[in-house]
Amino acid sequence: MKGLDVLGLDAWYGADHILRDVRMAIRPGTITAIIGPSGCGKSTLLRCFNRMHEEVPGARVAGSVMFDGWDMYAPSSDPVDVRRHIGMVFQRPNPFPTMTVLENVVAGLRLQGRYDRATMLEAAEQAMRSAGIWDELKDRLDRPGGRLSGGQQQRVCIARALAVRPEMLLMDEPASALDPVSTQQIEDTVQELKRSITIVIVTHNMQQAARVSDYTAFMLREDPRRPSVLVEYDETRHMFTNPSHKRTEAYITGRFG
Amino acid sequence: MTLEIAPRRFRSIRLRKLKSDVLLGMLWLAGLIAVVPLLLIVGYVLAKGVPAINAAFFTETAPPPAVPGGGMAQAFVGTGMIVGIATLISVPLGVLTAIYLSEFGRGRLAAGVRFVAEILLSTPSIVAGAFIWALVVVAMHSFSALAGAIALTVLMWPIITRATEETLRLVPTELREGALALGSPRWKMVLRIVLPTAGSGILTAVMLAVARGFGETAPILLTSLGNDFMNADPLQPTDAVPLRVYNYAQSAFPQWQTLAWGGAITLLAAVLVLSIGARILSDRQRRRLG
Ligand SMILES: Nc1ncnc2c1ncn2[C@@H]1O[C@H](COP(=O)(O)OP(=O)(O)OP(=O)(O)O)[C@@H](O)[C@H]1O
Ligand SMILES: [Mg+2]
Repeated sequence: MKGLDVLGLDAWYGADHILRDVRMAIRPGTITAIIGPSGCGKSTLLRCFNRMHEEVPGARVAGSVMFDGWDMYAPSSDPVDVRRHIGMVFQRPNPFPTMTVLENVVAGLRLQGRYDRATMLEAAEQAMRSAGIWDELKDRLDRPGGRLSGGQQQRVCIARALAVRPEMLLMDEPASALDPVSTQQIEDTVQELKRSITIVIVTHNMQQAARVSDYTAFMLREDPRRPSVLVEYDETRHMFTNPSHKRTEAYITGRFG
Repeated sequence: MTLEIAPRRFRSIRLRKLKSDVLLGMLWLAGLIAVVPLLLIVGYVLAKGVPAINAAFFTETAPPPAVPGGGMAQAFVGTGMIVGIATLISVPLGVLTAIYLSEFGRGRLAAGVRFVAEILLSTPSIVAGAFIWALVVVAMHSFSALAGAIALTVLMWPIITRATEETLRLVPTELREGALALGSPRWKMVLRIVLPTAGSGILTAVMLAVARGFGETAPILLTSLGNDFMNADPLQPTDAVPLRVYNYAQSAFPQWQTLAWGGAITLLAAVLVLSIGARILSDRQRRRLG
């Protein structure tokens, strides 16, 4: 399993400086939670980890991120290549509306040009099992992807991300649009996945961070005119019982944010 | 105090209601005024044209003056050929331009292309015809269906480009990002996700452009000229339905005038079918993405 070394990362949207000098090492085979108040740049940071940030017109990154020793922001690195190793699940479920459930799950394989009918179904089943949705949907594989419940859609999206066998999975508040039962299912899935893949998960929910993650990163924008910084990054149990910073303590005990 | 104010208030409410009713009535009237001409046109064309519609109308070619019978077969074939070629050129060109503008184009070149499309969209069709006459007809020393098709392309390309670009922009960013995050190259994301999602919207754009192509007269007149006889060679002068209508409508022979009305009916029918089809498709598309 592979980890990520963030060596001083800055990010901008146009002239807006959003992140300043983020440094953190994401350890292989762990679940890392990113927490912080709304607008502090959690999604931005996450999108820097698979070079999705630069897809926003005018968005820019400086610094370097090493993926298992590979400098993914080096001029010779191709963002498409980066994303094949590091998958992503978005806050709002985004199944492709023109495709069936099965087509959605194998969409990544097709988009990457790894087209092999025989292994495709196998890959789909495996990914859907990992995402905990195989039993539920195995008889409805040719349903349109958009005609599922929100929770099912999100787990289809997780399966879609897993089907291409990434080494790392980035999840941006994957359960925030879902009901408690679906949230629980997603959390179970995340726990299950940890055995085979490194996970970074953004969450607004302190309990969720405490429940699922091994490490937690707390981000904060102290002054609205200045970029956010990574305030504290530590083992989750340590951070939630004995935070080193006053701001972290105030945030996780719910005194602001 | 209150006793004094109350009646005045009532009066002002009544006045306001009256004003509102009057305004509403005027809006109704405006709507009616807009619809009435359309109904009149359709009704009049139907009344005049239906007698012209028979088997000969579709199977026979232009009759000599004052000889009864005859039809517009050569014009139907010609219009089919000219609009067909124009569609074959302008659809790929327009869709590709739209893809460039919405998915790849940033900066000067994109702005330039968009500006050109904008200008062409409002160019009088006779100007397009004259331009292609100078460029193609003069160079090839012959009027031809091909020249007509190129003139129509000048008119259809910007319609397809603009309308397609708009539908492509309606495809949600989340779907594009979903595809890119799966490690898809940009062109594949466009081909497999954006285009299928925009699907019927693109078809709508094409139908609108084809409807425009059917009805154009001036550019065809200057480039394809017309032809009394059946012609299937795209390099020869070729007839077209609107051209026939234009010529026959000016003639003194009642039977030619009847044919003109028949041609008008078929044009109107084709344009209505295309426009209504386009409308239905775009509604369905909006519902699907909404
Ligand atoms: N596409 C964009 N263009 C310009 N500015 C943006 C864009 N997306 C986000 N921002 C700005 O960047 C900052 C960080 O946004 P980001 O979405 O990363 O925050 P977040 O921590 O994920 O918030 P939330 O918890 O609400 O999701 C915000 O101030 C936001 O206004
Ligand atoms: Mg966010």
